[in-house]
Amino acid sequence: MKAFNHLRIFNFPQLKFLFKRPLSIAATEPQFIGIKSKFTNVLKFINSDSYETIPIYRILSSPITNNIHHNSLVELDKEKLLKMYRDMIRISVMDKILYESQRQGRISFYMTNTGEEALQIGSASALSPNDVIYGQYREAGVLMWRGYQFNQFLNQCYGNCNDSGKGKQMPVHYGCKELNFTTISSPLGTQMPQASGAAYALKLTKRNACVVCYFGEGGASEGDAHPALNFAATLDCPIIFICRNNGYAISTPANEQYRGDGIAARGPAYGIQTVRVDGNDILAMHHATKIARDYCIDNGKPVLIEAMTYRLSHHSTSDDSTAYRSTEEINQWIHQSPIVKFREYLKTVGLWDDKKESELHKSTLKEFMAEFTAAEKLSKPHWKELFTDVYHDMPAHIKKQMLTMEDHLKVYGQHYPLKEFQSN
Amino acid sequence: MRMILSKLYACNYTSSLNLLRKNSHYLTKNANIRTLHFSFVPDKKTHAGETKKINMYQAVNEALAIALEKDPNSVVFGEDVAFGGVFRCTVGLKERFGNNRVFNTPLSEQGIIGFGIGLANQGVAAIAEIQFADYIFPAFDQLVNEAAKMRYRSGNAFDCGKLTVRAPCGAVGHGALYHSQSPEAYFAHTPGLKVVVPRGPIQAKGLLLSCIEDPDPCLIFEPKALYRLAVDDVPTNDFKIPIGKAEILREGDSITLVGWGSQVHILLETADIVKEKLGASCEVIDLISILPWDIETVTKSVKKTGRVVIAHEAPLTNGFGSEVSATIQEACFLNLEAPIQRVTGWDTPFPLVFEPFYLPDKWRCFDAIKKTLNF
Repeated sequence: MKAFNHLRIFNFPQLKFLFKRPLSIAATEPQFIGIKSKFTNVLKFINSDSYETIPIYRILSSPITNNIHHNSLVELDKEKLLKMYRDMIRISVMDKILYESQRQGRISFYMTNTGEEALQIGSASALSPNDVIYGQYREAGVLMWRGYQFNQFLNQCYGNCNDSGKGKQMPVHYGCKELNFTTISSPLGTQMPQASGAAYALKLTKRNACVVCYFGEGGASEGDAHPALNFAATLDCPIIFICRNNGYAISTPANEQYRGDGIAARGPAYGIQTVRVDGNDILAMHHATKIARDYCIDNGKPVLIEAMTYRLSHHSTSDDSTAYRSTEEINQWIHQSPIVKFREYLKTVGLWDDKKESELHKSTLKEFMAEFTAAEKLSKPHWKELFTDVYHDMPAHIKKQMLTMEDHLKVYGQHYPLKEFQSN
Repeated sequence: MRMILSKLYACNYTSSLNLLRKNSHYLTKNANIRTLHFSFVPDKKTHAGETKKINMYQAVNEALAIALEKDPNSVVFGEDVAFGGVFRCTVGLKERFGNNRVFNTPLSEQGIIGFGIGLANQGVAAIAEIQFADYIFPAFDQLVNEAAKMRYRSGNAFDCGKLTVRAPCGAVGHGALYHSQSPEAYFAHTPGLKVVVPRGPIQAKGLLLSCIEDPDPCLIFEPKALYRLAVDDVPTNDFKIPIGKAEILREGDSITLVGWGSQVHILLETADIVKEKLGASCEVIDLISILPWDIETVTKSVKKTGRVVIAHEAPLTNGFGSEVSATIQEACFLNLEAPIQRVTGWDTPFPLVFEPFYLPDKWRCFDAIKKTLNF
């Protein structure tokens, strides 16, 4: 009754009328829309310390033993395990040479995948080729697993006449219609709501497939990440969001990116099935993705996987990461790299040895260098490709601009690098 | 604010409006609150087939129903579209085509357009609604960096041509800063997009059907003042009005007037006044399509008349009138007998109580025409 007296000081006659009736009884009390909660008389604020942090799922842990993989629910045959390892090596060899080639000014830009090979190939190997990929830019391993060839990677980086993207985008902005890998674009986070829409389309058109959307923990701070997760949940989209939490967004460490329990903690807040996985453990990534895919397709709902890893390399060729992190920190992770871990495992189960290792390196390097030389020799596409594909059909005003350029080149052609480009 | 204003237009809120009328002096104090600055000029009945007298929101609704009927892989979505939309454009569609094809999204414009791009990537015709053109800016990145560039950057491997974005635009009498904007010029600077603005129900239906089937991502800005005001004899069948083509609504030889959307009706009325007061005949052109725009029709007309006035609601500086003006100057330099005039909104945000002074109404248009004729 004290509260009532307190209210009367405002002297609202309407309120007096209201309080003649009992305030509420459970049976007639209206329910808040959109919340399933009990009342409490205890005033308590909740924060990320109010509950335990989400654990990191892993299979490969030290010391690596023979039977760990058999304890998990997913069985992998020998051939698949070896392809997984080979593709990790292929990615790392390609990264090494293309990184160097950028340093020599042969390509304009590059971003390596070092340290994230397991995350990429582990997840890719658990998918069906019909599953549609939306990536950020550090997912070359996914393409590698799907069969993208060295020359395709190279043609894109060189922007030569065999690049399916016609030389229009910066290096590492790969895309392949046949392999269901949506072309990469630079703006961060934009692929995320697109991926949700694509997943809705797969469900609507009853294709037995899901979408997999990769993004970094930095990209997860973008505005687009929020509707992507929220739309996927409210509109029941079969999509796996895979966050590559590698500790850095260029120079910004993850603890300047967020203050909650990483990205995974956001999943349940959107009503999304969520798991945190050791991204350096290829078997754990494979297993988690496989189970996530089954769930997605059976239930038509999203899953969020936060894959914990470490960006071993610089952010890109335009970045020197020692300006903001110590070499000690980097060295710690080099000895725990996903390739080292998986190699140890393969050796333990008798599938790999040092001889095979050096042979694989040698043959991969040889194969890559041959393609590298070939790609470098190819000319760039015809300059007129600059004007194509803006629209499905070229509108009159763009046609006119193309003709203007053509006339210009007739007179001033010697001032342009026409020799490097294809001609009619 | 968004909901309050929306309620003023939605039919199912008329009862509460009546209550308002009875119980307050609200309307008598603000007698102008729903008076528009122009009168709708219906199209002449030129369509040979069956027509029906309907308003613009009904025409939009018909176009959406035709699209959903024709293509089972097409969806309509946005904020509040499931119950019929705050402007009634999607009434009855959910009931007819199901909740998986006509559905509400969470309230996020960048989400809506991003989601639509993804649908379109997978071959689903995605017809997205942005509740007011004023709220399209959160989706600017998705439209400009993503939708517009997807085909180009992928070498034609991927596209989102099946994306259509509808957004109510323009002045409505009392919409102030965020329920009145005409953002077409922002998008006209973006290669890869197509942008159209209908002037009435026939164009709304024909253009919307064109946008939906067009292989490129399209924006259709629907002048919201026309939703209920504009009534035309609209063809009942499935028909299309081409994107990129302007229309000469009235032939004349003294001066060319160029506008789009509801501004066209102001120009038609002004042309009457010019005829009456000055005895000059105006050629009135509805540009219809902002990107790509019909340079040929406009310049041909200016070559004939030698004089031109361009009018739009959006602010002057870098408005689409600048583009039209510069292009005419380049193509018709020897034919021009007076400087090209632009009659537009002022370079200010769109105000509430000052709307009558802000808009390029018939008297401002008349004055510009008179000065151009007397130059």
